Amino acid sequence: MAFITAKDLTLGYDAQVVAHDLNFAVGKGDYLCIVGENGSGKSTLMKTLLGLKDPLGGKICFGDGLKATDIGYLPQQTVVQKDFPASVKEIVLSGCQSRCGLRPFYKKEEKDLAMENMERMGIMELENRCYRELSGGQQQRVLLARALCAAKEVLLLDEPVAGLDPIVTEQMYDLIEKLNNEGITILMISHDIGAALRYANKILHLGDSVFFGTKAEYLESESGKSFLARQKGGEH
Amino acid sequence: MDKLILYLQYPFVRYALIVGVLIALCSSLLGVTLVLKRFSFIGDGLSHVAFGAMSIAAVLQFSNEMVLVLPLTVVSAVLLLRTGKNAKIKGDAAIAMISVGALGFGYLIMNIFSTSSNITGDVCSTLFGSTSILTLTQAEVWICILLSVVVVMIFLLFYNKIFAVTFDEDFARATGTKAGAYNLMIAIVIAVIIVLAMNLVGSLLISALIIFPALSAMRLFQSFKGVTICSAVLSVLGALSGIVISILAGTPVGSTIVAVDVVIFAVCYALGAVKGGIR
Repeated sequence: MAFITAKDLTLGYDAQVVAHDLNFAVGKGDYLCIVGENGSGKSTLMKTLLGLKDPLGGKICFGDGLKATDIGYLPQQTVVQKDFPASVKEIVLSGCQSRCGLRPFYKKEEKDLAMENMERMGIMELENRCYRELSGGQQQRVLLARALCAAKEVLLLDEPVAGLDPIVTEQMYDLIEKLNNEGITILMISHDIGAALRYANKILHLGDSVFFGTKAEYLESESGKSFLARQKGGEH
Repeated sequence: MDKLILYLQYPFVRYALIVGVLIALCSSLLGVTLVLKRFSFIGDGLSHVAFGAMSIAAVLQFSNEMVLVLPLTVVSAVLLLRTGKNAKIKGDAAIAMISVGALGFGYLIMNIFSTSSNITGDVCSTLFGSTSILTLTQAEVWICILLSVVVVMIFLLFYNKIFAVTFDEDFARATGTKAGAYNLMIAIVIAVIIVLAMNLVGSLLISALIIFPALSAMRLFQSFKGVTICSAVLSVLGALSGIVISILAGTPVGSTIVAVDVVIFAVCYALGAVKGGIR
């Protein structure tokens, strides 16, 4: 049984379908990259996986003891967060919120967990810095540390390198790869097909023709070839 | 100084100070969340609803206006905060609509079914607070103390959850925090604070109590905790000195408090700029 299995999933807003008949499975230790053009339903799929939206049809099954709320989530930054007065520590600790239930305050072990994850992301020295003063890459690390506090085994990343410069982008990908090597399952939405092919072991392509399979299969498939050709055409 | 000590011997002055400080404290606590959630104007919108409700209560000659005003304001708050994202009419437009609509109807109702000879005076005192804080009864003071304690307790107990929901609602929801329930709670608490604060500054000036301390504190502090505490302190200081000045100088209470808050903001802004420049 895989962690996450989607069966004949139909996604959309109100009655408008953006993607239909999605079938895929994510197992332990997988690195799944979700690619596709704008409007192909990537973000909608993410929201549905997180339980923020109900699917229009089909269903998502969680297995191997995973619950929907056990997925750590790295969202795209919102305008609100850009000038939010909060210290790095406060934000990372807020990732432990779901462990609290109705208990009003954090326990020692949750604070330790937050520290541990800050260490993991290499942001210990930023502990008391204000979030809004950090660079884009540092902010992403803070949010990643928070996601790790909430996640037990699965991380969902929504365009984790959007707006980062090339060097920081590289570092971010290395960091995610490191987490994956430590056994964390990664689901990543990306525009960056190059990186997807470099790091992921499975690809989910949304769009006119839906593809799901391993990286090697994707390179051989019709949708993979045409998408790659179009991306190359767009870049040059 | 002698004049102040003399005044402090009157119970109504002490009541005004107690109530003023409590309301300032409560409004500043949630002000930070509202400003960060981009709901600064909600105070304004809700207070106009409260004004409309109050005029209906006046026309129906309710002995205790609260019975009608509080529930109506709570309902509006819930509706406004809930619609947030996927409503047909977006947040700011919805607030503006409800706000001016309630204001217009309130004044209209007061005029058509007037029960008092001095409508302009009544309206003016509801809008700008005027002297009602100096005419509080002991019972009103106790209600205010009770509600303030409840508000502060809720804020302390749910502080971490309010932070999580304010910083990133989607994340909180995705990881299993009941963001909807906490938003509802925030809405209700805000409505209660606004109804309380109408006594102090009147319905037109409530927004000032909610946003100025929060904005001032954000100039100076970098953490959520720091901003929250600082905003509470600034708000209480502003209300205290505002009330004292208004008693000594004979100025209207509400507008004096707001004026003090504006001055505090200007000082904090300057301090923040200096601090930022040095670093």
